[in-house]
Amino acid sequence: MADVILELALVLAGIGVLLASYRLLKGPCPPSRAVALDVLTLITIPLLVGAAVMTGRAIYLDVALVYGLLSFLGVVSLARYFEKGV
Amino acid sequence: MDRRWRSISIATLFYWALWLVLVQSFDPQEMIAGAVVAFFVAFLSKGEPFTTPINCLLAPKRILYSIIYVFYLFFAIVRSNLDVARRVVSPSLPINPGIVKIKTRLKSPLGKMILANSITLTPGTLTVDVRGDDFYIHWIDVETKDVQAATEKIAAGFEKYLEVICG
Amino acid sequence: MAAHHLAGALLTLLGALFLFLGALGIVRMPDLYNRMQAGTKATTLGNILTLAGLALYHPSWALKIGVIALFVLVTNPLSSHALARAAHGAGVPLTEGSVSDALAEDLSPEGGEAVES
Repeated sequence: MADVILELALVLAGIGVLLASYRLLKGPCPPSRAVALDVLTLITIPLLVGAAVMTGRAIYLDVALVYGLLSFLGVVSLARYFEKGV
Repeated sequence: MDRRWRSISIATLFYWALWLVLVQSFDPQEMIAGAVVAFFVAFLSKGEPFTTPINCLLAPKRILYSIIYVFYLFFAIVRSNLDVARRVVSPSLPINPGIVKIKTRLKSPLGKMILANSITLTPGTLTVDVRGDDFYIHWIDVETKDVQAATEKIAAGFEKYLEVICG
Repeated sequence: MAAHHLAGALLTLLGALFLFLGALGIVRMPDLYNRMQAGTKATTLGNILTLAGLALYHPSWALKIGVIALFVLVTNPLSSHALARAAHGAGVPLTEGSVSDALAEDLSPEGGEAVES
């Protein structure tokens, strides 16, 4: 019962990933794509933690943390690029 | 000099605790490596996040207000999330957006930073720019363009607590 | 089946709903700033709830999942604020029917960009 609900939740978040990638591909201006990328990351972090819980492998927790860290740095440097150029 | 080393050592302890949480082992090798790395990070950043609030944290009134603030912020996040979720799912997309200006009473940089981030965290309002005491807020449903009234609506609830917590 | 499994799974489902709504908002909203309103912040609550649910489901990892949640909570407003300011500086327009733009009004008499921090 509980793991079925958990799978359902992860599928729902997975649909969110698809929606965000639609905006990432279509987004009219580059900052819009950056926002979509940010949202994509924010949905992927819980998905990775969910993968860790479902497979029972703790290494995915570290993957989630490092993924979040790198994406934060990426989005901030993108913002700097939009503001001032390289 | 003395104050600087004190904030560096507090930062070192904080980073070391974070390291121990992340590696989840009490092997001496891990602990020594963590202590060295934590000290280097704290030294290079000059103990940065822990420089100001040393005397701040000691007063019991400030601790009490910080705890209340966390709960207040959490309920503000939940309430406004439900509001934005309602706007997203309703077919007509009822938004009335715009950028308004508000003026904060807070003086300390830390207080301004927490206020700006709290405003950003509660959906419906987004801090676009901060210039001195003026915050420029993108508001998804502009109720008033007046500076005073907008400050009252957006920031007053947070300011009441932050004024006590870090002045 | 333990009770904390069921409670954790339900909490995760609630959080996933917010994650989904955030992604839906990013597709439906008309301009960048509104997308940010719906997108980057509905996902913050979604993250907190999902991670809390997963921590409840697997209590021995709760501390580490808590660190991840704290990290998201701290970095998310920073990155969305940086993006919003950069977009406004780069001249991304507000959608039609926006009520006011106090920042552009205050910037124009000074003649373009003021000093950045």
